[in-house]
Amino acid sequence: MDFNLMVDVTPLLLKAAWVTIDVSARSLFFGFFVACGLVFMQSLRFAPVRWLARGYVSAIRGTPYFVQLLLVFYGGPSIGFRLDPLTCGVFVGAFNIGAYMSEAIRGSIESVDSGQAEASRSLGFGKAQTLISIVLPQAAPLMIRSLGVLAIVVVKNSSLISIISVVELTYQAQRLIGSTYKPLEIFTISALMYIVIVYAVMGIIELAYRRATRYTTL
Amino acid sequence: MVEIRNVHKRFGDLEVLKGINLTVNRGKIISIIGPSGSGKSTLLRSVNHLEVIDQGEISLDGARVNRPDLKGLAFEKHINHIRQNMGMVFQHFNLFPHLSTIDNVTLAPRKLKGMDPKKAREWGMDLLDRVGLAQKADVFPNWLSGGQKQRVAIARALAMEPKVMLFDEATSALDPELVEEVNLVMRGLAEEHMTMLIVTHEMGFARDVSDWAMFMDGGVVVEEDDPQKLFSNPEQERTQSFLRKHLRS
Ligand SMILES: Nc1ncnc2c1ncn2[C@@H]1O[C@H](COP(=O)(O)OP(=O)(O)OP(=O)(O)O)[C@@H](O)[C@H]1O
Ligand SMILES: [Mg+2]
Repeated sequence: MDFNLMVDVTPLLLKAAWVTIDVSARSLFFGFFVACGLVFMQSLRFAPVRWLARGYVSAIRGTPYFVQLLLVFYGGPSIGFRLDPLTCGVFVGAFNIGAYMSEAIRGSIESVDSGQAEASRSLGFGKAQTLISIVLPQAAPLMIRSLGVLAIVVVKNSSLISIISVVELTYQAQRLIGSTYKPLEIFTISALMYIVIVYAVMGIIELAYRRATRYTTL
Repeated sequence: MVEIRNVHKRFGDLEVLKGINLTVNRGKIISIIGPSGSGKSTLLRSVNHLEVIDQGEISLDGARVNRPDLKGLAFEKHINHIRQNMGMVFQHFNLFPHLSTIDNVTLAPRKLKGMDPKKAREWGMDLLDRVGLAQKADVFPNWLSGGQKQRVAIARALAMEPKVMLFDEATSALDPELVEEVNLVMRGLAEEHMTMLIVTHEMGFARDVSDWAMFMDGGVVVEEDDPQKLFSNPEQERTQSFLRKHLRS
């Protein structure tokens, strides 16, 4: 192991790691809105809208993220849909994870005993208020856990956007290997950086989870 | 007070309510008994519009509960208003586990009536005191026994000062030794002349507290009468055999 080299490349990799974090965070942020939209569409009475949302979720879940990325980045321009690599990474990342997140959100909402909503409605609360005051707080622990798993998936998936030359951690690592021929050293550092990011995310999720479950232990 | 007129309800091919009629006058207590699957819960839930009836009419104080003429948000508004005048108590309590006992009780008056927090707390403490649980105000439901949970659920249902209370087998999910504390609270309500519609498997209790008793089977009212008469001297064969089974056990 060439430790001097490892020290030398660290600043560049750190900078790239920041891009990884940035792309992941934005994918998650926009993905959450995509997910809420999908959940909403599936709660509507008008069936075609529900089918549309279901179809979309199935299509996303049934194809590899990598293929989705290539399809949009290389296939998009031929129908006039041109995105720069970074935007494309965030865009495909958000629309990909949004589908999974919508399933996680729905699952956690459905996990709440239907008697809870009934009790709330019987008191005279409307649908929206029942969702906000009664159902969501109880769905929160499971929702946080399952969205947390997806957040980690997003971080790891982000390495795939190196293929469309976004200079994130994996792309930068490959570039450095191209000039130094030291894959072991460089991939070791980048792997360590992924570990730090992923564990930081897991820590945040754990904190949020504990906050959401306070009432069960008091 | 509560008028139930020719109510029909089906789940798919199964007709669960086949033309039920019942009038509950102010301050009266009606018990509904009958074998499992006879439609007792469905009837009670229909009064609260937790089940949507297919035919017939239900009204509370002259205001119709089911309003096929209202759609969407207009109906939502209507039914939320109607429901604020009914207190419903469920077999499995359905307390909100993420809220403390007092918050369970005061949530509705705070959010629906805009009662200020201080006043709501006093009101909530009054109610908890009535069910003998003032000392549990700041505890979460998970820490309460089944009997205590159901008493809190009753306090919660009373919080909006309902005109009628609906009980769907309030003591069926309880260990036998916890039944009495809930019955005691219900007797207390009876003494205060609360209007109540009670679905129960407890014949002794039904006989004691109610002004009128109704025996349902297969989605119809087989027999209804003064409870003393219905329980000791039923006319219908089906009522007799049901009571024979239930009074023995
Ligand atoms: N949501 C539903 N979908 C389909 N069938 C239902 C539904 N709810 C109730 N039923 C059926 O309707 C019938 C009446 O049910 P209901 O719960 O009213 O009976 P019950 O008299 O309350 O019985 P129990 O004493 O067991 O509580 C039963 O056959 C039940 O299986
Ligand atoms: Mg029942």
